[in-house]
Amino acid sequence: MDWQAFQVSISLALLTCLSLLPIGLAIAYFLAKSNFIGRGFIEAIITLPLVLPPTVLGYFLLVGMDSNSVLGSLFVSLTGQNLAFSFVGLWFASIIYSLPFAVQPMLRSLESIAPEIREAAWCSGLSKWKTFFKIELPLAWPGIITAMVLSFSHTLGEFGVVLMIGGNIAGETRTLSIAIYDSVVSFEHQQAQSMSLILLAIALVTITLVYTLNRKQTRVAVL
Amino acid sequence: MLQVKLQQTLPTTLDVELHCEKGEVLALVGPSGAGKSTVLRCIAGLQSPQQGLVSCKGQTWFDSEAKLNKTPQQRRVGMVFQNYALFPHLTVMENIKLALDVDKDKHHHHGKQLLEQVNLSGLEQRYPHQLSGGQQQRVAIARALARQPEVLLLDEPFSAVDKVTRRKLYMELNTLRRQLDMPVILVTHDLDEAAMLADSLCVIHQGSTLQQGTPDKVLFQPNNVAIARQVDARNVFNGQLVLDDKSLKIQWYDHLIEVTNTAGFSIGDTVHWTLSPSKVLLHQRVRKSSGEHENPLQGTISEMVCLRGITTMILKIVQTDNRYLQMDLPEHVAMRNGLTIGETISVSLLADAIHLMSE
Repeated sequence: MDWQAFQVSISLALLTCLSLLPIGLAIAYFLAKSNFIGRGFIEAIITLPLVLPPTVLGYFLLVGMDSNSVLGSLFVSLTGQNLAFSFVGLWFASIIYSLPFAVQPMLRSLESIAPEIREAAWCSGLSKWKTFFKIELPLAWPGIITAMVLSFSHTLGEFGVVLMIGGNIAGETRTLSIAIYDSVVSFEHQQAQSMSLILLAIALVTITLVYTLNRKQTRVAVL
Repeated sequence: MLQVKLQQTLPTTLDVELHCEKGEVLALVGPSGAGKSTVLRCIAGLQSPQQGLVSCKGQTWFDSEAKLNKTPQQRRVGMVFQNYALFPHLTVMENIKLALDVDKDKHHHHGKQLLEQVNLSGLEQRYPHQLSGGQQQRVAIARALARQPEVLLLDEPFSAVDKVTRRKLYMELNTLRRQLDMPVILVTHDLDEAAMLADSLCVIHQGSTLQQGTPDKVLFQPNNVAIARQVDARNVFNGQLVLDDKSLKIQWYDHLIEVTNTAGFSIGDTVHWTLSPSKVLLHQRVRKSSGEHENPLQGTISEMVCLRGITTMILKIVQTDNRYLQMDLPEHVAMRNGLTIGETISVSLLADAIHLMSE
């Protein structure tokens, strides 16, 4: 059992899902409120990581993080380190590829709030911020939890993109899924099995959580 | 006092002018899609017309010329939405507390007072989905009043409840309105509901307000035929004004109809006239009545319907090219006179109640 890889995986998944809370919520809120012509295109871009082969996404992210690119050179000038093949680079890539898993459930739950509820809050004297925190956020909460759980478990299980931009640096970019692959190719089946069982358990618990919360959300929406 | 003037051409046409005094209930009536809810939304600040003026209690809330447009939060409006729009995740008390505009320590006391006012004491801790439609409406009213609004807006508040509950709520609203000293605007497509609850009616059709006045005035003396159609005036005919025995009468086929009020019309005018079905008098067979000399007509009963003690009959009037006249009678009168379909009876049209209209 590669505990170092376990630690990298958990920290990466936690950091990614925590970063996606404000980022996903801001994007979902903007999309839920607006109805402009290019909305379909924006939604397509956000959903793209869901359908692209991880190698393709990984390739573009690798190119984007290269020290000759804008993002890569900015990171080098700020930290003196390369973005590609670093934990920070992996974290950044995880935010991108888990974005649809965070935005979609948040968007659906925000869209399911009837516009009259929002208007009733304004007519009750609540400012737009108060309406967001006291009405919209609590009503969208099951969708937000679903988004967090999904982006956490998706980040935990990602393999292709991690391999492309993180490589396999122990303690830095070697995650559980990479470690499992390593164990299998070096015929350490016992180790691969225990790590796989851990990922399986986490996946099962999180998906159960998502279904339970979704049922609760549907009930609230019906009422 | 609330004053509203709205004008707009896109996306829908609006040409609205109405006013409502404090303590007055104004019913905004019209068919679905007439723009009733849009008017409420413009008053509440949820929507802005292209041009217009909305002022309440001497304060301007919207003025297109001065480019003034206050937000709903700045307007002090109490709004009851069609489906009540209660906050589903909050209890009844929390729904009300959120809208209360008093010091936090007085919240509970004020909330309880409001719930008492709408007969909902004891249900403070319930969630909206645990309430009946009628109870939800009461919470919505209490929440709207919690803000101490300067105007109360009710958007089809009875459409989501069953008929039995509705009748009960009518009574409650009547009691409640006596305690309110703000203008109340009630949007409805039900004319009976409007006539029962409101002090004045404003008819709206395709985004334009057509007439505002007391329910009797609007329902029985509409300004023109278009309004008569909107308020479902049941006897609308046309004829020509002629001079007979020094007074103006309506030449209606072979009949000369006597009219008390002909102000604004002159000899030769083609006019439309209307008469409430309750102002058609039955000539009793057994006992002659004093009204018999007044516009006597004969007609054959072609249909009879009885609803809650009122018998409505459709009479085919003789010598009128098959014109039909509707009349309402108390059920016991119809029964005592043994009226049946196919029978020919004599009736009088009350000259006082005949109302002349232009096109």
